[in-house]
Amino acid sequence: MSTLTEAEAPPPTAPVPTAKPARRRGRWTPYLLLAPGLIWLVVFFAMPMVYQASTSVQTGSLEEGYRVTWHVATYWDALSEYYPQFLRSVLYAGTATFLCLLLGYPLAYLIAFRAGRWRNLILILVIAPFFTSFLIRTLAWKTILADGGPVVGALNSLHVLDVTSWLGLTAGDRVLATPLAVVCGLTYNFLPFMILPLYTSLERIDGRLHEAAGDLYATPLTTFRKVTFPLSMPGVVSGTLLTFIPASGDYVNAELLGSTNTQMIGNVIQSQFLRILDYPTAAALSFILMAAILIMVTVYIRRSGTEDLV
Amino acid sequence: MKTTQNSSGDVRLTGIGKTYGSFTAVHPLDLTVPEGSFFALLGASGCGKTTTLRMIAGLEEPSQGTVSLGDQDVTHLPPYKRPVNTVFQSYALFPHLDIFENVAFGLRRRGLKSVKKQVDEMLDLVQLGEQARKKPHQLSGGQQQRVAVARALINHPKVLLLDEPLGALDLKLRRQMQLELKRIQTEVGITFIHVTHDQEEAMTMADTVAVMNGGRVEQLGSPADLYENPKTTFVANFLGTSNLIEAEVDSRSGEEIVLKAGDGKLVLPEARCAAPAAAGGRVLVGIRPEKITLTHADDAGQIPVGRNRITGKIAATSFIGVSTQYVIDSSVCPEFEVYVQNVERDARLVPGADVVLHWSPAHTFGLDAAQDIDAGVEEGAAL
Amino acid sequence: MAFLNWLKRHLVVIAGLLTLGYLLLPNVVVTVFSFNQPKGRFNYEWQEFSTAAWTDPCGVADLCGSLSLSLQLAAWATLGATVLGTLIAFALVRYRFRARGAVNSLIFLPMAMPEVVMAASLLTLFLNLGAQLGFWTILIAHIMFCLSFVVVAVKARVMSMDPRLEEAARDLYAGPVQTFLRVTLPIAAPGIAAGALLAFALSFDDFIITNFNAGSTVTFPMFVWGSAQRGTPVQINVVGTAMFLIAVLFVVAGMVVTNRRKRQKA
Repeated sequence: MSTLTEAEAPPPTAPVPTAKPARRRGRWTPYLLLAPGLIWLVVFFAMPMVYQASTSVQTGSLEEGYRVTWHVATYWDALSEYYPQFLRSVLYAGTATFLCLLLGYPLAYLIAFRAGRWRNLILILVIAPFFTSFLIRTLAWKTILADGGPVVGALNSLHVLDVTSWLGLTAGDRVLATPLAVVCGLTYNFLPFMILPLYTSLERIDGRLHEAAGDLYATPLTTFRKVTFPLSMPGVVSGTLLTFIPASGDYVNAELLGSTNTQMIGNVIQSQFLRILDYPTAAALSFILMAAILIMVTVYIRRSGTEDLV
Repeated sequence: MKTTQNSSGDVRLTGIGKTYGSFTAVHPLDLTVPEGSFFALLGASGCGKTTTLRMIAGLEEPSQGTVSLGDQDVTHLPPYKRPVNTVFQSYALFPHLDIFENVAFGLRRRGLKSVKKQVDEMLDLVQLGEQARKKPHQLSGGQQQRVAVARALINHPKVLLLDEPLGALDLKLRRQMQLELKRIQTEVGITFIHVTHDQEEAMTMADTVAVMNGGRVEQLGSPADLYENPKTTFVANFLGTSNLIEAEVDSRSGEEIVLKAGDGKLVLPEARCAAPAAAGGRVLVGIRPEKITLTHADDAGQIPVGRNRITGKIAATSFIGVSTQYVIDSSVCPEFEVYVQNVERDARLVPGADVVLHWSPAHTFGLDAAQDIDAGVEEGAAL
Repeated sequence: MAFLNWLKRHLVVIAGLLTLGYLLLPNVVVTVFSFNQPKGRFNYEWQEFSTAAWTDPCGVADLCGSLSLSLQLAAWATLGATVLGTLIAFALVRYRFRARGAVNSLIFLPMAMPEVVMAASLLTLFLNLGAQLGFWTILIAHIMFCLSFVVVAVKARVMSMDPRLEEAARDLYAGPVQTFLRVTLPIAAPGIAAGALLAFALSFDDFIITNFNAGSTVTFPMFVWGSAQRGTPVQINVVGTAMFLIAVLFVVAGMVVTNRRKRQKA
């Protein structure tokens, strides 16, 4: 996307002192421009949150209907019953985010500094998989990680599976239907969301800074630690957020690649809402997830000092 | 294209001012730009010159006052209804249109159907006929600048406004474009109002220069007039270099004021004194560095009588080629600057030598001592 | 030793390419298995080569219907989100107004919210209002979550636009409408196009929010989800591969065209 927007950008110009967003004429114009979109967001994004909050403190049954009874106990019941799924969500999403950073950083670095004329091609290859439905691609992991397949065979003969099953990540000589498969799928699915922001912030770094650091007696590793990585922090922050948030609410990977022992909170919300039809419990779980995410995101953004993500 | 000498095409600003909240960008000012003249608004960044220009263009609505073009009050006309066009700083060429369409833009908006002939002629005038189908980013800075001028001129505006049009060019190209713009202006006879922070640019191109500072017009006049008779310390320091000496009015005799500076006396023609000069009052005495003659102290006897003189010691010299610049340490002014043409160089004028500086009283000017003596020094030097 | 040095210098490149392989491996599998002729209902194990699925992509019940429904939905959602989002982006960049902070949060939050939360809360709204779940509820949901992404894409472009360009247009006798149509819109177009493309991709590929609010309507991702339980027809891989190829073809063609244009002009 950054290549698209830069293609026809106007020539760099000196700041114009008079180019303020303020305009005398048309005081109502901004509100007219904002109104349709904002009304949409208020009605179909904000209001549903209120309805959900209200549903979470209702009691009743499908047949007789629900009424608000301020039955806060639903929250306690939901938490005490489903805390393993909550923990698993945080654990899996956190691990996947970490792996995404670990895997994505070299690729983003490669595209930004080392790819030369291959840069656009590699960028296309990073984005192109998006055009195949992610469900189809996730199903492909069933083939890749199939029992007795080449991947599992190789891991087995290298005794990697012994280690992972000792760690509780896999079971026996299977990878499918284990936590490892779910984390692998999550990492795969959200990797581009890590790579693209990382690339954007790395690409902005002036290559001469590396030379300057080298000139000032920094080894390549020190240059990376003291110059490149700190300057790429905005990308790291938005990349981890863009990975962790959707991963923590995901239930597709856990459903397709996992088993009943790898269920995440998304699976619970989904089944409560769509199969069991216990709306108050589902709403409460969803509300807890939302609150947890919001708190984590706020703390994270505050601590990393990048508040202007929009 | 030139019209007869009436005032029907003058640009007249009456009490025009602009405030943003509590910040005053332009203090109410009156200004008349005669039709067909090349007028420059000169000042450091933030002095209000661009805001003034934008109020003439209609891009900024004045907080008070009126703008008239000839007999027409255009104060409340939007820019697209004013017979005025602008050459923008860094040109603002439309990146999505080619050169031809950029130049044709104004004509098309006014509903002209066949623009080809006019555009081709205009592109030839600025020597860009070959580039008509290129996009702006494919041209060099100088070419883009010419497109910007062509795009504005093709509309035959009553007034052409130029907002730092040469700021983005390198020195050599800037010189070339200064002459080019001057040529075009003489050819088409349209009123040009040119905003710049470059005093040399303003002086070489404009008939009349208005020096602005802090949202006010400090002084208005021809370049020579401004240089020879600065009325404020800002103008004296901003345009070229001035040596300013604090002096006390001693007496007046006829059309001359006699001043006491240190233990010497200086004579100043009354007509060249911009400040009230009552006996006992204080005045700043100014003299341009190139007006001063430098004589070694041993030859002081040969200096003709009737010249203003000051003694001092050479602190530093720098050889420039056409001239040598001296910095003289004197009791009345710590860093007196003197430029001497390299005609006959006196080998004794080296740092440490005692010298006498002397000049004709007719070149002396007097300024109000209540001002900041260094006003405009940094703004002028930074350029 | 020479090899070790080489390895050290190219470590980043090797690691990066391995990641790229990880990203592309599933697509390779999808493509290869689009030529498979599975024995059972599931297409997870290689049996033998066949082009049967490619010659009869609509051979499975409901597949092409769901595909066309998804395309329609994506088209409408793109249109809605792009129009609404572009208006918001212009208001944010060009005007000053009250409650800017609140507006920014309202636009940021949908992007910082797990899909399942938005999906579930929207369902409670629809249930409470007694709305009929189907095409319209899906469309409403898609416009809602695509909107913010369009705003971000368009805003970036409009912000980088030199405000003097519009002033120049007004100075050259273009009124407000003309200025917008002849200068602002063409220059903002790449940003709007990027936003629209993103909206289309997000809407077309969305599963979680759709799944909650679709009722008995089946979009293409929901068809794939269902087939993961019932049996995966090879045609799914055909569609996935075709979409991948078409997208890459479009991008490469676009790049070739711009390159040629650049070379002609230079």
